[in-house]
Amino acid sequence: MSEEKKAPTRPLPRLTELDTAEFWRATKGKEFRYQQCSNCQTIVWHPRAHCTGCVESNLQWQTSAGQGVIYTYSIVRLSYHPFFRGMAPYAVAYVDLDEGPRFLTNVVGVEDPGTEVHIGQRVQLHWEEHEELSIPLVTPV
Amino acid sequence: MASQSRDAAIVGIHEYPSRDVDGKVNSLQIKAASAAKALADAGLTWRDVDAIYDAGEGAPMSGLMISEYFGIQPTVMDTTGVGGSSYEFHTAHALRAIRQGKAKVALLTYGSTAHSNAMAIGAGGRGGGVSPGDNMETFAGQTLIANYAMVAHRHMHEYGTTSEQLAEISTATRYHAMRNPEAVQAMTDLEFVGIQETTIEDVVSSRMIADPLHLLECCMVSDGGGAVVIASAEVAANCKKPPVWILGTGEATKYPQNGADITTSAGAQSAPIAYAEAGVTAADMDIAMIYDSFSITVLTLLEDLGFCAKGEGGAWVEGGRLRFDRPEDGPALNTDGGGLSSNHPGMRGIFLLLEATRQLRGESTSQVADAELAIAHGNGGMLGGRHSAGTVILGRN
Repeated sequence: MSEEKKAPTRPLPRLTELDTAEFWRATKGKEFRYQQCSNCQTIVWHPRAHCTGCVESNLQWQTSAGQGVIYTYSIVRLSYHPFFRGMAPYAVAYVDLDEGPRFLTNVVGVEDPGTEVHIGQRVQLHWEEHEELSIPLVTPV
Repeated sequence: MASQSRDAAIVGIHEYPSRDVDGKVNSLQIKAASAAKALADAGLTWRDVDAIYDAGEGAPMSGLMISEYFGIQPTVMDTTGVGGSSYEFHTAHALRAIRQGKAKVALLTYGSTAHSNAMAIGAGGRGGGVSPGDNMETFAGQTLIANYAMVAHRHMHEYGTTSEQLAEISTATRYHAMRNPEAVQAMTDLEFVGIQETTIEDVVSSRMIADPLHLLECCMVSDGGGAVVIASAEVAANCKKPPVWILGTGEATKYPQNGADITTSAGAQSAPIAYAEAGVTAADMDIAMIYDSFSITVLTLLEDLGFCAKGEGGAWVEGGRLRFDRPEDGPALNTDGGGLSSNHPGMRGIFLLLEATRQLRGESTSQVADAELAIAHGNGGMLGGRHSAGTVILGRN
């Protein structure tokens, strides 16, 4: 009667969003890029077209070495989202990359996130590949 | 106190009684019904209104639509929409408009059918936002509850705060809710399990929703709404109810930043502005109406509003001191039952003003004797992400 139901998928970023498109394009090659102003040295995150530290705005792209530390996290046990419902329980975390940017992500590669994820834990990037881009997840070092 | 200016006052209030309208009433009708009752409470009519404040819930040109629907011709229109604290921002703006002589009677309205629409506010996905910030975050599946939970985890990590201490917020508000017939009806209509006073053990043994937050640390999703009428001193002198003066206001915002402290909210910025304008301190407050989306919201805000130092909130709330019948221990918290146990249709900020006003009029179901000063503090957006803070200090006539 109806065609086979497609498995729900992770919501992916839009490559048409102008401030963040360049970041996401670089993830195709598993590169985590962030901006730094060569005028005032401010690290700007999330990516955008202007510097938030000065009005001279001379932003340059830098590449992270891909290591950082968990600033804080939660284990999601209840989600009504069709994809994340199937993934629960899973860990969401703010990760402070060693270069400065703090980004929101999932901690993967753990059997029991409730006991294996901690504040202060060292993590490294773990790329989840998709057709046009890759998603920067993290896994314990 | 002599230096306090008393230029504008809350003169009329109404809280829409139903939390489950069963799809038979829409949000505009809730706004209009509430506005009419609030105006009647003040002894005023639609024709007296010359300023409208309505968050519009994101609808374009909502300032035009709401005026037509009510049938009013305001000359001040403000559709500031910063989430659940919008109504504290509206109060600040109404005070300024009245001080400037641009308005005499301001109407603030709110209506929502979040429950009837089965809106998955707390555990739904982060919608299809197209802002650059959202485009960096949506992939991670952070529910709204998880966002607040991340603040709680960091608070625990830095200060040793415990789930038992956070549970104090839930038990105090439920204690007040059980004394408020509308809150009891709300919990009944929303099919709460165990409509009774709760213990710390009840809270920490309830189901984990997003570590470390348990079910009984999360607010309800109800239908509802309400209205507030704010008038100039001249108008207030002839209203039916005693005026509740707006003594000070503060506004601020905060958002994710590299290296920032997630355990401190924008309230730390807005509250000192409000206290300074009112010429009072946290220690003077009899009533604390603090946006209780989650237990951690209140704990964080008690610190940011100056009731105790940063990191000491956990120890400070212990032993049931937030209850209305413990006035010697500091302010009574959310004496209507709060968003946890009385009313949370998505943007709770207006109810903070309503219950603070009831307390300062002597009309609360958990009345603090001789309450003179109240703080109403709204947090909009997400505490652990981008959010807004609106602080309002209110004083009895």
